[in-house]
Amino acid sequence: MARLLSFKAAVFFTLFFFISTDFVCCNNGRRVGDPLETELSGFSVPLEHSFELDDTGKFQVRGSLLLKTGREPSVSLTQNQLSEEDRAKLKEVAAVDGLYRIRVPRVFLQADRQTEWQMEGHLTAFVRACAMVESHLSDVITLHTDVSGYLIGVSIVTLPGACRGTEVEDEVDLEVFNTTLSIMAPVNAPGPETALFLERMEQESEKKGKNPQEQKSFFAKYWMYIVPLVLFLMMSGAQDQSGGGAGGGAANGGGR
Amino acid sequence: MGKLILLLLNLIVLYNIVAAVFEDQVGKFDWRQQYVGKVRFSHFDTHMQSSKKVLLATESNVFAAINTRTGDLFWRHVDKTGPEGNIDAVLHHGQDAVLVVGNGRVLRSWDISVGGLNWEIVLDSGSFRSACLVGQQGTVKHAAVLKKSVISLHYLSNGHQKWVENLPESETVNYQAVHSDGNGQVYALGVVSHSHIAVVAYSAEDGEIIKQVSVEAPWLSNIPASCAVVGQGMLTCVDSTTMSIYTLDLYQQLQMIQIPLQSLGLEVDPGFQPHLVSHQPHPARQPLSEFLLQLGPDHHLLLQLNNGQIVILRDFKPALLVSFATTGEKTVAAVMSPKNKTACGINLFSAESGRRLLDTTLIFTVDPNAGKPERLHVQAFLKKDDSVGYRVMVQSEDHALTFIQQPGRVMWTREEALSDVVTMEMVDLPLTGTQAELEGEFGKKADGLMSMVLKRLSSQLIMLQTWVAHLWKLFYDARKPRSQVKNDVSIENLSRDEFNLQKMMVMVTSSGKLFGIDSKTGSILWKHYLDNIPSNAAFNLMVQRTTAHFPHPPQCTLLIKDKDSGLAALHVFNPIFGRKSQVAPPALSQPILQSLLLPLMDQDYAKVLLLVDDQYKVSAFPSTKNVLQQLQETAASIFFYLVDSSQGRLSGYRLRTDLSTEQVWEVVIPVEVQNIVSVKGKRPNEHVHSQGRVMGDRSVLYKYLNPSLLAVVTESTDLHQERSFIGILLIDGVTGRIIHEAVQRKARGPVHVVHSENWVVYEYWSTKSRRNEFSVIELYEGMELYNSTVFSSLDRPHAPQVLQQSYIFPSSISTMEATLTEKGITSRHLLIGLPSGGILSLPKMFLDPRRPEIVSEQSREENLIPYAPELIIRTEWFINYNQTVSRVRGIYTAPSGLESTCLVVAYGLDIYQTRVYPSKQFDVLKDDYDYMLISSVLFALFFATMISKRLAEVKLLNRAWR
Repeated sequence: MARLLSFKAAVFFTLFFFISTDFVCCNNGRRVGDPLETELSGFSVPLEHSFELDDTGKFQVRGSLLLKTGREPSVSLTQNQLSEEDRAKLKEVAAVDGLYRIRVPRVFLQADRQTEWQMEGHLTAFVRACAMVESHLSDVITLHTDVSGYLIGVSIVTLPGACRGTEVEDEVDLEVFNTTLSIMAPVNAPGPETALFLERMEQESEKKGKNPQEQKSFFAKYWMYIVPLVLFLMMSGAQDQSGGGAGGGAANGGGR
Repeated sequence: MGKLILLLLNLIVLYNIVAAVFEDQVGKFDWRQQYVGKVRFSHFDTHMQSSKKVLLATESNVFAAINTRTGDLFWRHVDKTGPEGNIDAVLHHGQDAVLVVGNGRVLRSWDISVGGLNWEIVLDSGSFRSACLVGQQGTVKHAAVLKKSVISLHYLSNGHQKWVENLPESETVNYQAVHSDGNGQVYALGVVSHSHIAVVAYSAEDGEIIKQVSVEAPWLSNIPASCAVVGQGMLTCVDSTTMSIYTLDLYQQLQMIQIPLQSLGLEVDPGFQPHLVSHQPHPARQPLSEFLLQLGPDHHLLLQLNNGQIVILRDFKPALLVSFATTGEKTVAAVMSPKNKTACGINLFSAESGRRLLDTTLIFTVDPNAGKPERLHVQAFLKKDDSVGYRVMVQSEDHALTFIQQPGRVMWTREEALSDVVTMEMVDLPLTGTQAELEGEFGKKADGLMSMVLKRLSSQLIMLQTWVAHLWKLFYDARKPRSQVKNDVSIENLSRDEFNLQKMMVMVTSSGKLFGIDSKTGSILWKHYLDNIPSNAAFNLMVQRTTAHFPHPPQCTLLIKDKDSGLAALHVFNPIFGRKSQVAPPALSQPILQSLLLPLMDQDYAKVLLLVDDQYKVSAFPSTKNVLQQLQETAASIFFYLVDSSQGRLSGYRLRTDLSTEQVWEVVIPVEVQNIVSVKGKRPNEHVHSQGRVMGDRSVLYKYLNPSLLAVVTESTDLHQERSFIGILLIDGVTGRIIHEAVQRKARGPVHVVHSENWVVYEYWSTKSRRNEFSVIELYEGMELYNSTVFSSLDRPHAPQVLQQSYIFPSSISTMEATLTEKGITSRHLLIGLPSGGILSLPKMFLDPRRPEIVSEQSREENLIPYAPELIIRTEWFINYNQTVSRVRGIYTAPSGLESTCLVVAYGLDIYQTRVYPSKQFDVLKDDYDYMLISSVLFALFFATMISKRLAEVKLLNRAWR
């Protein structure tokens, strides 16, 4: 029985794990390989928050981030509920327009061993506490990594983001965090698109090559019109240069 | 045939969009000033009596000839920057000037009359030590170059090497000087520090070592600093520790003879390093037996070495500067001695006897706003009565050159400090007296109806008076030919013109000299030298109060920061007159990390400057009660950021009401991978007229206009061409939110960035394709605005859409800036300073990530140019036509009162000012606009209507009667 239970628990956790990673997939909008098959290694770091009336940083654990290392890092979050005391404090801080801050430790996501991923210092970000309260704790947290997999920044915004001064009566709204979490790696900036351009040019020249008769005959047919036109344009252009002034046009139209 | 059509069509298209100047507009709206830099070597051209050339070799690696009558350049050669183009030595003989360049890498000979290159040869490697001309039997045909381990002799005529010899024991002996005095021998002088002097005599004919001796000299470490060859090959040295003069006969080299200074009754000023100057009038002859000895900052002596005995010819005290000069057979010493606080007197003394020459006094007025005189360059000449006349070129601490003629007439001044402008601002000129009066009238508080009326009447009377005077001047000037009408600009008659096209350029130079330059003519209206500026100072110039707040004077603040210690000082001045302000700046005892100019103003309309020190404490300037109160009220909305590139740390802070700060965000970019090379925000005076772009289907794509967005550029530490990259981060400066993060792979710096409106343009070197590339990032909110009334970084939850495109650019670039106009309606251009000296005005239209690959109906509707990977440099886009601007380091743009016009200043070695019209002059009538025609047509139409109306009336009446 005990074995069965543990098996059930395992199934449950696997499911939960699957769901949570899937959730992340949706958020960062990139394809992540099936984590169950690729067997990624991971580790967890605390996500801490701080909201104080005097705006000093007293960070407490809000939840823990489970980071998957590897080529395509992913992240999931388990977090605690806000205690009653904290809820009251958050509302108080929101009332004086204080800040709600979060921080995560700096980590290196490409490392295999624990000793390697830990780095000194934290990355911090903030939102206004009132925005946190008015959005009923629905926030979007984004972790940013650099090319080599170092975590370089964290950002937090709430949805909706505005502070309109609406009272949040229901304490229940401030109990559970509704967090959307994603991890972002830098995108590759495009270089000059020479290949496509050349292809297009080739296509065009091919098109031209197909019916050279038509191309050739155009100028052959109309050269007697084009040349005087060009000459005329040049002559008239020489008189009326650098225009753009509407008055200049009027003067020319009126008189000459 | 099709190609021909295309070409013709192209021609037509190009013909219509030409934006370059006309021939008759050259120099009308633009000016250029050319500089050479701080002078290191100067030689007067003496081979012709009537010659008016002075050759200058400078620390900016420039070799130039200047007209001594006017101070204009005859010719100028600008070499590479840095040690590669460093001019080590200049040897001038007759028509030729031989330069040793790049630590002895290249030997060049220039023809000084036209500035043409005679020849150039590349020398063997080895660090350069010294060079001299070698003459024999009165003619000079060779130049000797001494390097660390070799000495070589070259023909002056073609640069070919006559001989090259290794120096003996060059590992231990530090050879420092080379000497020749026309007896067929070349002496290489070396020293083993605190041990002995090594003298090697070579035959000038074949490079054979004639003699090689070492003489004990335990006190000597540096020959050029303390020794000189005097008279008949006597090496004379002065030493401050033993307080003695030592002489050594180079011909016999027995031993050093010590002559204590005390025995001559002389004493060295404490802490001063005594210095010897000898003079060799002709390289094929022996140096004079007279020499100069400096014993203190203002104590010089003229001494003579006579059979091993030293005779004092003259004691100059006080004497600031002393210099020898030769004309014909006569050699004189020019001595500058202080007269009073504002003037110095220069006198000539005969070098042989030390007697003062009659009628040779010259008064040099020391400008209190300039630096102290530093060097004296004397041009002596023989007058008709065979007496010696002279002119002097005084070089002062602020790199200025002043050329003076007897009895003290300043012929010209060159402000060479302007060759190294660090930062600049353009300030509006004040209103004219009458305009100011009117402003003043409304500015002051009312004091009774009657007095107000009187005041109004009087001011209108004054206006009438000036108007009449103006009309009279116009009438008077109209009769004179155009060329004679002088437009002298002086500080008194400075006033803003109708369209605010004329401004005051406040330029800060690295020497610590500030200039106020009239942007219309380029004339220097004021200058102010700040002494004791640290050599590695960083400058930040801020306009705290513009001219718009009459009667309060405009106010600029210059923050001068020592880069090493971080300690800073403030200089507050009036940008129109250059005078130091009465306002006392606060003393800054702590190193300063950041300065911010807030849009807040105190009661006197001065913007508040916040200074953040290394304890993260903030001090305000001005710090009146009013300001502190305002700061307290708005503290919660004042955010600032700090960048520590050595640790890769970007951090954001918020101000607290007690002026302390708290950190609110932090982004750390690991320095092991990449380094932050530049952080660019937007310019605070930038206006964006249009909130969005109208698309082909008439919907609007809104721009993401975040005023506190920062563009952070990083370069990888790994410089391997496959792995190097450039990172671009767009970070919100208030919340620290990373808006966008991109890497340009296989790319390397230097990166030039322009950040404006909703776009960032950067240029980098692609290591993969080995070319320069441009990339543009544009940010859009999307089809609807989140909050159309106000932008708040704290309330923009949705990330913007990011579009990016890259292009190939056919040239490397030196600097880049975007045009700026009053209201931001005019389309933008990028001004690109090229290493060739051209300034290219590239329409931003070409750098648009929405340029379509495949042309569609909609993109045509939107006027998008089809994508082409290469940006072409069109010659008509050069705004400076043939006015090359050497070594452009920065471009400054300022809006004018006309929306179409943007003022541009490019600075580097040269300064170039012009106007650009990115959308052409849509708000200006042409010069040749035909007022007569349009008015006559109008009148004719008017009369025609009148007459026809009359006729119609008559006709109607007639019809009614019928």
